[in-house]
Amino acid sequence: MEFPKDLKYTKEHEWVKVEGNIATVGITDYAQDSLGDVVYVELPQEGATVTKHEPFGVVESVKAVSDLYAPLSGSVTEVNDAIVDSPEAINEDPYGDAWMIKVEIANTGELGDLLTADEYQKFIEEEK
Amino acid sequence: MLKKTPLYDIHKALGAKMVDFAGWEMPVQYTGVIDEHLAVRTSCGLFDVSHMGEIEVSGDSAIDFVQFVMTNDIERVTDGQCQYSPLCREDGSVVDDTIVYRFNIDRYLFVVNASNTAKVLDWFKQVQKKEQFPDLVIEDLSGIYSQIAIQGPKSVEVMKPLLDIDPGQIKTFRFHMGLLLGEIEAVVSRTGYTGEDGFEIYLDPSDAPAVWQALMEAGKPFGIAPIGLGARDTLRLEMGYPLYGHELSDEITPIEAGLGKYVKFTKDFLGREVLEKQAANGTERALVGIKMIDAGIPRAGYEIHSNGKKTGEVVSGTSSPSLKAGIGTGFVATKLKAPGTEVEVVIRGRAAKAQVVPLPFYRK
Repeated sequence: MEFPKDLKYTKEHEWVKVEGNIATVGITDYAQDSLGDVVYVELPQEGATVTKHEPFGVVESVKAVSDLYAPLSGSVTEVNDAIVDSPEAINEDPYGDAWMIKVEIANTGELGDLLTADEYQKFIEEEK
Repeated sequence: MLKKTPLYDIHKALGAKMVDFAGWEMPVQYTGVIDEHLAVRTSCGLFDVSHMGEIEVSGDSAIDFVQFVMTNDIERVTDGQCQYSPLCREDGSVVDDTIVYRFNIDRYLFVVNASNTAKVLDWFKQVQKKEQFPDLVIEDLSGIYSQIAIQGPKSVEVMKPLLDIDPGQIKTFRFHMGLLLGEIEAVVSRTGYTGEDGFEIYLDPSDAPAVWQALMEAGKPFGIAPIGLGARDTLRLEMGYPLYGHELSDEITPIEAGLGKYVKFTKDFLGREVLEKQAANGTERALVGIKMIDAGIPRAGYEIHSNGKKTGEVVSGTSSPSLKAGIGTGFVATKLKAPGTEVEVVIRGRAAKAQVVPLPFYRK
């Protein structure tokens, strides 16, 4: 299982890539593996506001529904509509093609709460 | 402490994800629900269903007892056949649904859901106490039987080198008591829960690992795959087969669940009065198949609306791997049960368009 070092992570199993004031958000390899075959995704509209720790969308496997939690607060600048049509990309390429939303970061102070790759890996080891 | 089947170590070695199911630690998936589902539809798959309960009823009055507790009619089948039936209480509610194996007129085996084994056993004993069934013996044999199912169009070919007779000779809903691998005693029935050809094999737990491995080996040229409970559920739902706790429960009758053909009023049984009335007069609600028109996946507990008003609830739902669509079953007002009727499934507060469709969802 992969946890790229250049990404930040949350305990709700999202990853974040920060570039300037824009954060790209997706779910981790661990999350996609736990979910199993992803068959449905619901994402917010461009321009929507997301709030840290609040659900911003939904991902469904064959068996179950899971909320997606925003790692940061801000407004959505871009949505990856391609994964709505091909949700299996979330299983195949969770850190690449299957990014979910880009958020304009409202409060840079929240960045400090994100986990490093090592911290996240330790967290999921303990959770198992 | 969760119970483990004799195939537990094999599941772990295959990399299965294990879950708690009715007190058993069972494989929910190995490689993925969709792959496993399609393996069964196109080739064959192997299921560990050792968690299922087996209750034997024997003695001079066994046939009277069996006829009294089941809604189907066991006198319509002969020795060596099995029959599906709901088991009802006097009020028509369902204790469990079962496949009954008729060994002979004095001996029957009920295969029941893992979650209901203790309940059925207790209920059988209550019925025995209340009514007169001389020399009746009711025994929980769940501990002495493991169960492996092989399902899919290649099942006969895979079984052929292992069984002491040509498995193709075992007719649908009949069983053979014979030998596997030349020496392992087993009951092999041409039954299943997937809508595909296949067999269910009952054997001593200590023999289960050898038979599992032999089937995996024999199935290799056909691409046999181990199948978890995840795909077991999508396979049965595509066929519209009921699962206790969803389409059937302590609060649902077999008539409401659309199982009238397994209720035979030509004999006496518990629940007959209520069910006969329901069959004659109709019920307020009916179980229907629902297919999404809008995007979305129906899930158990979601409300079903008709013209903006609640008419019922989804009881099973999934994304169908064969149809690549959201499908589900649910109870609606009977007047809405005709295929083609438009309804809405409320998914996270949004009314998504869906349609009543005939069962099964999947046809070859």
